[in-house]
Order: sequence, then C-alpha cells, then structure tokens
Amino acid sequence: MTSSSGAGVRGVGKRFGEVRALSDVTLDFPAGQVTALMGENGAGKSTLLKILTGDHQPTEGTVLLDGSELALQSPARARAAGIRIIPQEPEIIPHVSVAENVYAGALPRKAGRRLDRAELRRRIQADLERLGFSRVLDPDLLGSELTPAQRQLVEILRALTGEAKVIAFDEPTSSLSEHEVDALFALIRRLREQGVAVIYVSHRMKEIFQLADRIAVLRDGALAGVLDAAQASEGDLVRLMVGRDLSDMFVRQNVSTDRVVLDVRELTTDKVSDITLQVRAGEVVGLAGLIGAGRSELALALAGDLPVHSGTVTLDGKKLRSGRPGEVIRAGLGLAPEERKAQALFLQRSIRDNIALVVLERLRRSRFVKRAAEKELAQEYVRRLRVRTPSIEHEVRKLSGGNQQKVVLARWLARRPKVLILDEPTRGIDVGAKAEIYQIIADLAKEGVALLVISSELPEVLGLADRVVVMQNGRITGELDRSEATEERILSLAMADDLSEENRSAA
Amino acid sequence: MTADTQVPETKSAPVAAAKNGRSLLAQVGGQNISLIAALVVVLVLFGSLNDNYLSWNNVQVIAEAVTITGLLAVVQTVVIICGGLDISVGSQAGLASVVSAMAFTSAGKNPLVGMAAAIGVGVVVGVLNGVIIVYGRVNATIATLAGLAAYKGVAQLISNGAAQGYVLNDSIFIFLSRGKIAGLPVMVWILIAVALAVHVMLKYTDIGRNIYAIGGNDTAARLAGISINKYLISVYGLIGVVAAVAGILLTARTGSGQPVSGSEGLELKAITAAALGGCALKGGKGGIGGTLLAVALLGALENGLTVQGINSFWQNVAQGSLLVVAVVIQQRRSGERAVGLPG
Repeated sequence: MTSSSGAGVRGVGKRFGEVRALSDVTLDFPAGQVTALMGENGAGKSTLLKILTGDHQPTEGTVLLDGSELALQSPARARAAGIRIIPQEPEIIPHVSVAENVYAGALPRKAGRRLDRAELRRRIQADLERLGFSRVLDPDLLGSELTPAQRQLVEILRALTGEAKVIAFDEPTSSLSEHEVDALFALIRRLREQGVAVIYVSHRMKEIFQLADRIAVLRDGALAGVLDAAQASEGDLVRLMVGRDLSDMFVRQNVSTDRVVLDVRELTTDKVSDITLQVRAGEVVGLAGLIGAGRSELALALAGDLPVHSGTVTLDGKKLRSGRPGEVIRAGLGLAPEERKAQALFLQRSIRDNIALVVLERLRRSRFVKRAAEKELAQEYVRRLRVRTPSIEHEVRKLSGGNQQKVVLARWLARRPKVLILDEPTRGIDVGAKAEIYQIIADLAKEGVALLVISSELPEVLGLADRVVVMQNGRITGELDRSEATEERILSLAMADDLSEENRSAA
Repeated sequence: MTADTQVPETKSAPVAAAKNGRSLLAQVGGQNISLIAALVVVLVLFGSLNDNYLSWNNVQVIAEAVTITGLLAVVQTVVIICGGLDISVGSQAGLASVVSAMAFTSAGKNPLVGMAAAIGVGVVVGVLNGVIIVYGRVNATIATLAGLAAYKGVAQLISNGAAQGYVLNDSIFIFLSRGKIAGLPVMVWILIAVALAVHVMLKYTDIGRNIYAIGGNDTAARLAGISINKYLISVYGLIGVVAAVAGILLTARTGSGQPVSGSEGLELKAITAAALGGCALKGGKGGIGGTLLAVALLGALENGLTVQGINSFWQNVAQGSLLVVAVVIQQRRSGERAVGLPG
C-alpha cells in the first residue's frame, strides 16, 4: 500500500499550564509493525496520540514521518500527511447511509454541486472490496442501524480513504464482541502486511500479546520502556507500568471502626452488576479500576441518581430507595462527583451559594434563608478548608481547580454526611491542594465518616485507603487490605479478565 | 407632581432620574445601568419632542399599558432562570380572559366566580405545559409553541371568536380597571405586588435558590437533591396563575373577555423584557429588577412612538430588533464561540 518507513517522535514533551503531560518521549512506529502503547490512566497515551494527529502541538520535540521532520499544526495537516486515528467512540451521523458517512465532507459531486450517487456507490463498493468488508457492511445501511463493530468499521473506512501511512487505534475493542474483535484483528494484520505503521492503544494484555510486535509503556508522561512482544511477559509490563513508590508521601493511621455504615448488597444497574460492598465508620475504602470500569456509575447509583435494577443499599440500617437523590442526601450520603464543573458546581454563583445549597433546610425559617447564618457557615468552611478567595461572594468559576474542589467538599462537609463518596477528588489539582485534600479526607475519617474514594491514581489509592476494592467491567474483581495492596496487585485485578488464571489467584 | 406642573418638570425629571441611577449604582449592578441609561434616553428624547409625554397622566397611561406585559414578563423571568421558556403566555392570558368573562356571566354576574374560574384554568394549563415538557420530554420552546396555538384555539372555540360578556357593570371589575390606591391605578399595584412577591421568592427563600440552581446546572442541582421535576412543573403552574391574573385584568380593562385581541404578541414582549433585563436564556441568571426596568423601557418606547404618531408596524420592528440585540450582547459577554448552532 505504501512505501513509507513509518513514523516516530523525538524528544516530544507537552505541558498544559503547570501540568506536565508528556516529557522527552522518543519512540518509533516502524512501518509494517504493530506498536502497542500501554500505560495507566493519565500516563500520557492520549496526549501522545493527539500530538501525532495534530490535535495538540508539542511543547518541545519533533514528529517524524518517513525520516523527515513534520510540523503538524492541525488535524487536517496530519491527515493529509497520512496519519489517521480511529477514535474510541466512533462519530457516526445517524440519519445518512454508510457510504455518505464514510465520505462525509468529501462527497463526490456532479456539476451544480449535485451528489453523484453512482460515483459514491462505485467508490464505497471498491473500498469495501479492497478491505474485505463487503460482506459485513452494507453501504446502504443508515448510521443509526449500525452495530458497534460496524460503527468502528465506518471509522476505519474513513481513515483508509486516501493514502494512510500511520493508523492509530485507541482502545478499539471496548465495545466489540469476541468475533468482531477477531475480524478487527484480521484487518489490522492485513494493514501491517501492507506496510502501514499501526499504533494500538489498549489496556487488554491478551489482545496486545496476540497482536503487537513491540510494546511501548508510558508512565507519568515518560517512556518507561519498549519491549519486544515475543519476549515480554505480563509481569514485565505491569512492572514497567507501575515502577514507582510515591505512596509513602501520605501516610495515615487506620481509624476505622467495626460499625458498617454503608452496606451495598448485590447491586445491579445498567453499568454495574452484582456489587457487594461495605464501608465502616471512620474507614476509607479506595475504589480502583481503569477508566470505564463502572466506578463512577456505581457512585451515581449509590447517590440515587442512576436507576437500580436489583440489589439493596442500606445506610446506617435504613434502606435507600433508588432514583431519589434528595432522600439519599437526607439519609446521610454525599457525593462529590467526577466532573466537578459539569456535575457539582454552579459556576456563575457565589461560593456562599454553592456551599449552602444542600444545607438550606437547616438555614431557613419558614422558607426564608437566614442570611447571617448562611454567611457564617460559608465563612466557617472556607476557613476550615482554606479556600483561597477574596470573599465568599466570589463567583466559583473564577477559582482555581483545587479551590473549586474544596468548595464541592465544603458543601458536603457542611451537610455533615455519614457516608461521603469522593469521585476523583484530586483530578486536575496541583500538588499543594492535593495534600490539603488528603488531610481533609483523613480528618473526616477521624470524625467517623465512612469514605469511599474513587481514584485512578494508584499511589493515591494506596496512600489513602484502609481497604482497596478493585472493579473491572462493572464488577468487583477483588478486594485488598491496606497491608497487602500494591500497585501491581491492584493493576492485575483491574485487568483481571485479561490476565492468566494464575495471576488472578495470586492477587 | 401633577399635570399642572409638568412643563417645568420636563427638564428636571431626566436629571433626577440620572442622579437616582448613580446613587443606586451599587445596588442595581452593572447589568441594569445600561437599561436605566436607555430609559433616560427614551424619556428625554420623547419628552423633548412632546411636552405631554412626561406628564403624570401619560406616565400613568404607560404604567397601565405595561401592567399586563409586566405580569407576564415577571413569570417569564422565573421560567427563564430555570432554563425553560414559555411562549404560550399570551394565549394563556387570552383564554383566562374569555373564561373569566363567561364564568362571570353564567354565574349571574358573580365576579369572584369569574376570577376563580380563570385562575383554575390557568393552573390546569400551566401544569399541563410543565407535564408535557418534563414527562413528555418535549423541548420547552416547542411545547409552549404548541400551547400558543392550542390555547388560543380553545379560547376562540369557547367564545366563537368573539368578545364575551360585559363586566364593567360590576363594582369589582370597575375597581380593577379604574380604581386607584394612593394615586396609583389598582392594576399597577397588582403588578407591584406580584413582582415583589416573586422577587422575594427568588432572592430570599430556598425555593429561589433552588430555581437558580436548576437553571445554572441541572445535573448538579439533581445531585444536590433538588426535585427538579417538581420545581419545573410548579414554575409552569405559577405562570398559568399569573397569566390568568393578566387575563382577568385584560377583561377588566377592555370590559369583556377577549380571546385574542389584547393578548396576542404578549409572549414576544414578555420574553424581550426578560432578555433585555439580563436573564441568561441558558438559565441560572436574571432578576425581577432588570425585567421591570426593561418593561418600563419597552412601555416608554411604545408610548413615545405612538404619541409621535409613528406607524405601529415600526414598533414591531423595534421590538424584534431589541430582542435580537439583547441576546447578541448577552452571548458576546458570555464569550460564546461562533461555531454551529448556539447551545
């Protein structure tokens, strides 16, 4: 298909404000080979892909294609140069045919801008034939009628129109059934034979060993190592992915009691199944897992927001009804959700408003909000959590991420919950604010609050949690006590389905 | 200030208004300053063109004329703060007007029955809007657009398209239409009372806080335990009640139940007033003060154009332009990117 020698990056780094997402990565993606890209959540895989596709401009370093330097100012430039990405979630226009979906933006046309249907048909047939999809994908199907695998195929067809030298697959199998995966793999192997440089991002070990020639592991934005797939073992990979010990940065004492406050039994929703879990007063339970494991969905179900199909949630002996967030809050459960701007904050309103919102019941006299009491409360929590702001009347959108998160925490602290669920409490927050939030969590545990902390950062989970519950694919795959929890063991549980039986029993 | 002294007052009134504006500056906030400035410009302009314009009589005429719009604008403000919209308010008022007159007549000229019937219909229609939007999952604009047509149709059907009854032989309706308390028309007092009540609800109660929260971020409001559905349906119910009050006043003003004339186009005025008054159409922002200022501005402008004998078609053009300009300024301020359809 091509006579390319492949792509590569030289000393590439990327900084987002204060945060370093990628530093000094030098890596080749040779033509005719499948290079797998692995790493924990936030290790820098997406950033690297986005630099290759022109979505991000590197802060330093260069991108090479066929041995020469390439300036990728925009996704269109990268595409023209022959670099394609198959996104995790295919973008499909629902009400038009497969053929129009594939060539959207560059439809063949006749004079007067009329759509050339005959040419469109000829082209899609030819492309389907060439890629061997003519039997699995009917070009007349509408976008909305496609299965997840077919949607993926449409993205692949889009990527393969024109000359493609590098194709990156970003976790392509997450929505595919087993035999669809087989078909996809057959295609990827064919692309490899045609001399395309394939980049394959996945968490699934099994797939990577089936498919990859080389495995590159990223860790904390840097390249941790490149292994030859034929010689590497699962253990090697996990060690490369973890390989650090920050957990002694935050040491806390175990203050948990024996009193179970949150008792979840066989909870099943659309996204999680058969979850049984207890959190005791004063205990911090870490909920670990890869992105998409269903942790946030579990949190939302516990908060009464997502519908529950079966199972029970008991809080301090009281059974909670699903679908009623207000009732759950009154029963004593608070949730600081994952997306603080989208799910928790009223950005245009003042800090006072944001903090007082869930305690208005306590602050009102015959429905009139007691201003003085409200101000006092907001001031108290702003002081206690050290929110850096000129005044409590400051609009929340003007605060930094860390201070915004503190406002969310202040809201729930003011409510004095029995159970507090914190979903990614330190995401996008600088180190100083992180340490303060860890201190708040430790203090809450001392006061006897039952805490469930969802985090994708393993050192954080290890540092905070008295007990770590690991989820994969909507299920709990294991539970580790603080004494036995290590990054390796959590990670193997988080990828349990894809590891060999032996590893699973060891964890 | 009386009609006799209006000539010397013509010059000093705008000055006083400007001074007032400055002293209130801290309280009213930047949003409303431009409205006050625009109002002053309009008053000075028409005041200098026509000596009668700023007379106490004419000011009362303006105030009375904007009462019905004002009532609808006040509740429109509430629903816009929630992130919704109601373009059926005019039709609701028309329906309530017809119902009030017909019930009045058929109950042997009992004004209380007429009003109660109108308000009952208002509640039903408002709650119906809310239920269609919340449980039918219909976009608020579309649902109330349907209401705009349907409620007007109902009003025409039950009235056969004609004005109903004559109410100005009843002392209560006469009081509503011509009565004065402390020198101000009763109608204006009703607007003041409703506006004040809604203002207090929005600013000083937890209900108001929750309404702002729902419009500001509905996911966050839900996760904070606010029963969004209950609130939305109640707000549409409130609109129904206030639109019914507006309908009753319409009946009192014109002397009979009006299915269409007098209420048609009120939704445009109400929405324009709310948008001009600083309500973010995305929700979560706005207040009664700004809306009332905008109502006053629109009323002063309309009256001035009429007094100057300018073709009423121009008034439509002016209103439409004002609505668009108000929203464009709003969107510019919020830093919206000009890509695709606005969110």
